[in-house]
Parts: sequence; C-alpha cells; structure tokens
Amino acid sequence: MSDESNGGGAINPHSMSIIVTKGSLDWAYPPFILSTTAAAMGLDVTMFFTFYGLPLLLKDLDLKVTSLGNTAMKMPMMGGHMGMPNIVSAIPGVDRMATTMMKNLIKKKGVASIDELRELAVEADVRLIACQMTMDLFEYELEDMIGGIEIGGAATYIEVATQSHINLFI
Amino acid sequence: MADQVLDAKGLNCPLPILKAKKALKDVPAGGTLEILATDPGAVADFQAFCRTTGNELVEHSEEGGVYKFLLRKKA
Repeated sequence: MSDESNGGGAINPHSMSIIVTKGSLDWAYPPFILSTTAAAMGLDVTMFFTFYGLPLLLKDLDLKVTSLGNTAMKMPMMGGHMGMPNIVSAIPGVDRMATTMMKNLIKKKGVASIDELRELAVEADVRLIACQMTMDLFEYELEDMIGGIEIGGAATYIEVATQSHINLFI
Repeated sequence: MADQVLDAKGLNCPLPILKAKKALKDVPAGGTLEILATDPGAVADFQAFCRTTGNELVEHSEEGGVYKFLLRKKA
C-alpha cells in the first residue's frame, strides 16, 4: 500500500525525521537529544530546520531562554521552585539572567550543551536540512551555517517523511 | 574483565547512551563494554538501547548511587 503511494521509496523501519521549528535554549534540546539518540540506536535520522529552528544551524550559537509567557518555567531555588510573573520577565536583563541560570543548571547537572549535541549529530551522520525559504525570509547565508548541511524546501522534507517511520514536529 | 570500560558518571541523558555507542566502536564483535553511570534514567535507557540495537545487556547493578552495566556487542 504505502510502498506504492510514495513513489516506490519504501518506508525504512529504522528511520526518523524531525521538523525543528524552535530555536530557544530550552526548545533546542528535544530535537537534538532525540536525533542523536536515534542515530546511536541505529536509525537514519533527518532534521529539517525551519523558521525559528533555523538559527540552530548557525556556526555561532547564541541561545537564550525567556520566562515570558512560560508559566511552567520554574527554576529550583532556595529549596523550592520559583517562577516569574510576566511583568518581571519583561524587564530588560531578566532574559539574560534566566539564560545564565539555565546554563549553570545545565552544566551542574551534567546535561550536554547544544553545541556538543549538534556536533554528535553531525558525527553520527544525521542529515541536516536548512529550509531555503526561511533563509531567504530572515536573510541568512549558507556561509553563516555549519558545514555539511543541505538546503531544501517542503518537497524535500515530504520526500524524507514518506520514507521515514517516525516523523516528529517540534 | 570487560574489553572496554566507560565512565559516564555525572553525565545526564542522553550522554551515557551516546558515549556508550561511541565506545562500542572500539569493542570487537562479541566483546564486552562496562559502563558506569549515575543517571537513574540510564537503567531503562540501556535496556531499550539493547533491545533496539541487538546488543546484549548481560547484567546491571547499582551500588552507592553508581549504576554498572555490562553490554555484549552484537556478534
């Protein structure tokens, strides 16, 4: 059935694709954790970076986190967990503080950095596709991106998706 | 004695799995890799990793917060 409807490209049972649409420090984790782990477990993995996910392919990552509008973001503090009212989150410098706190926690808890996970993804031959339209829209150049990536559009992704067993949108 | 030993203590998900996958490259087929980890999630994860990849989880144990895994690489 699906073998015929996808133009003859059979679905590889050990394959996964991820559409990466978010590029904040916190949201960068799920796609990179899953792609590197899937690759380590023998899956062929493709990541398609679009909209705010695209900057995750930039050579120089400058990832930040914001507590603005994020009611679930509570940092462990003084034995409890503390969130931040939006009006405080909006004050200049608070994002920088939240980012520093998050980065310190990441280091302290032995969680990999996004740089490290991305490097492992490249090493594991994860296929990285940058969305051409997003590059045009936000004026990014190929030379701003890490090496070894491909450029493609929606059809490129759909072709990958028709052949992948697991397709995620993050 | 395992053919290779990997110290993944202090590392959090998914690093113990990723480092183990790398370390397995230097283990001959049928050889063994011992992994030490402190991430409690590694117990379920190494079981899933082995079920999916066909490597064998020969044994695992815990002592004083340190988990020990013995993997046999797929022949």
